[in-house]
Amino acid sequence: MKKRSRVAEQIKESIIENLIRVSGVSAILFVFAIFFFVFREGSSFLFKGFNVKEFFTSIEWYPTSQSHVRYGALALIVGTLSVTSLAMVIAVPFGLGAAIYISEFCSPKVRETFKIVIEMLAAIPSVVWGFIGLTIMNSLIIQIFNAPIGLTMLNGGIILALMSVPIIVSIGEDALKAVPDSYREAALALGCTRWQMVYRVLLPAARNGLLAAALLGVGRAVGETMAVLMATGHSIRIPKSLLEPVRTLTATIAAELGEAPVHSEHYQVLFIIGILLFTITFIINLTADLIVKGIRNK
Amino acid sequence: MLKAAGLVLLAVSSSLFVSCLYGRSSQSAAGVAKRTIQNTGSDTMVNLAQAWAEAYAHVNDEVSIEVSGGGSGTGIAALIENTVDIANCSRRMEPMEIKKAKEHTGKDPVEFLVGYDALAIYVHRDNPIDSLSIEELAEIYGEHGKITRWSQLGVTLPKGARDEIMVVSRQSNSGTYHYFREAVIGKKRDMRLGTIDMHGSKDVVELVSRTPSAIGYSGMGYANDRVKMLRICRKKGEPAYAPTIENTQNGKYPIARPLLMYTLGEPNETIRKYLDWILSPEGQHIVKLSGYVPVHPEEELQVAGGKQQ
Repeated sequence: MKKRSRVAEQIKESIIENLIRVSGVSAILFVFAIFFFVFREGSSFLFKGFNVKEFFTSIEWYPTSQSHVRYGALALIVGTLSVTSLAMVIAVPFGLGAAIYISEFCSPKVRETFKIVIEMLAAIPSVVWGFIGLTIMNSLIIQIFNAPIGLTMLNGGIILALMSVPIIVSIGEDALKAVPDSYREAALALGCTRWQMVYRVLLPAARNGLLAAALLGVGRAVGETMAVLMATGHSIRIPKSLLEPVRTLTATIAAELGEAPVHSEHYQVLFIIGILLFTITFIINLTADLIVKGIRNK
Repeated sequence: MLKAAGLVLLAVSSSLFVSCLYGRSSQSAAGVAKRTIQNTGSDTMVNLAQAWAEAYAHVNDEVSIEVSGGGSGTGIAALIENTVDIANCSRRMEPMEIKKAKEHTGKDPVEFLVGYDALAIYVHRDNPIDSLSIEELAEIYGEHGKITRWSQLGVTLPKGARDEIMVVSRQSNSGTYHYFREAVIGKKRDMRLGTIDMHGSKDVVELVSRTPSAIGYSGMGYANDRVKMLRICRKKGEPAYAPTIENTQNGKYPIARPLLMYTLGEPNETIRKYLDWILSPEGQHIVKLSGYVPVHPEEELQVAGGKQQ
């Protein structure tokens, strides 16, 4: 009896072990498969007739022109970068501030409440954020700034900031938590105020983790589609002020893939934009990862 | 047992398949209980065609009409392949396409005008302008267009509004966008960069109604009391016409397109009856209810509209 149950136990163990291994490996496979398929869809045009210089330097995006088709994505790239940087200018101070408050200044009860609320913020679907941008923020911006249109870079930036704050807060808090208590105690024992302790000791000690939090927030903002499609006004131009509409790379794919005939040039260019986005987020995630690893090795 | 059941199944499904095939191609043949008319094409017309099909079920319950969209091109392709009875089209067939249809099927496509779709140019209620020419519109909307300020049109906006024209357009996957580009700017030229592209006809009018410096195009059915529809003329100096049902019907309003139905050769009796009914007051009333313009002016009197004014 005893022997059989031990054998059964071992079998169970190895099944579970293998299942876990399969999940781990499949995650890697999926990422590579996605990259492969996206690349395959765009590749034949990418290597044949695709004008790289035009793509990166021209703002003339005319994929459906009847006389002269042009694929200049500069305005779309600038749109994505400007909305993302605006979002980060808003989200990073707020997110890190919230992380510091949650990990250092509030009571455990308040902390739990805060964490639940922030998780709920992360759970709001992006199309709902889009709605908020399209209706509430739009009329607010028109009223406050006396702007002709509220669907602007500012609108998209605020929406994206709200969407990336939860990531920044939770990862930032983890990073702060990872700083050993002895640092805090030592600082306080030397006569620091709590703010001095945070500012002089904690922040430098957790610097890499906080940077990683911000970078993951950037990744979230770059890849977001639905909310920016609805909130930014969808206009191809290099913005000169916060109150001008812009168009992002992701929104362009979302808006145009439906109309582009499969395997046409236009279709493939949209996939090339996908490759570009993939590369951007990949670099960001890799950087964040390397930075986090940097902390561990210290 | 299993084998027998499989055979029965095969027999049933193949007979169904055969009856499907014949159901379509032999509408005039006696003995088929319910005749089917296949109706494919323009997405602009798909809701209208559906409304017609539903209403016609009450008029003639021996005929059922199957409507699908896919775009004017899809409808024409199906007509060339002779796989559809009526193709819906929000543009005229090109000579090339007519030739192809003739080569493939030996029959000439026959065109039926069933309604119009008029595009109105909207500005804010407070904007003093009341007419524009197609040339001016092309300069406002076209690539490298010369008109970027209201003052260039001799218009002074009420105080607080910017002089710069805010050009509102549609996303490039919209049929309205394609029609507007072709009718106003022409095939040789593109839309201006930096237009604000809205997702729907209603959104365009919504945005214009909140923005004194904006101009936009959209269906005439979307007007509200905070916007103004401009009168349009072909050339500067010619009389300009408002986008009304009457001006569309008599062809004076220039940015209107015909809504067409095509059959291969003269239609058979079943289809003829359906097309006649579409052109009857009842069928044309449905055109109006769907937000489009009926073919004949008399319909307006008969169906006692008057509300559109």
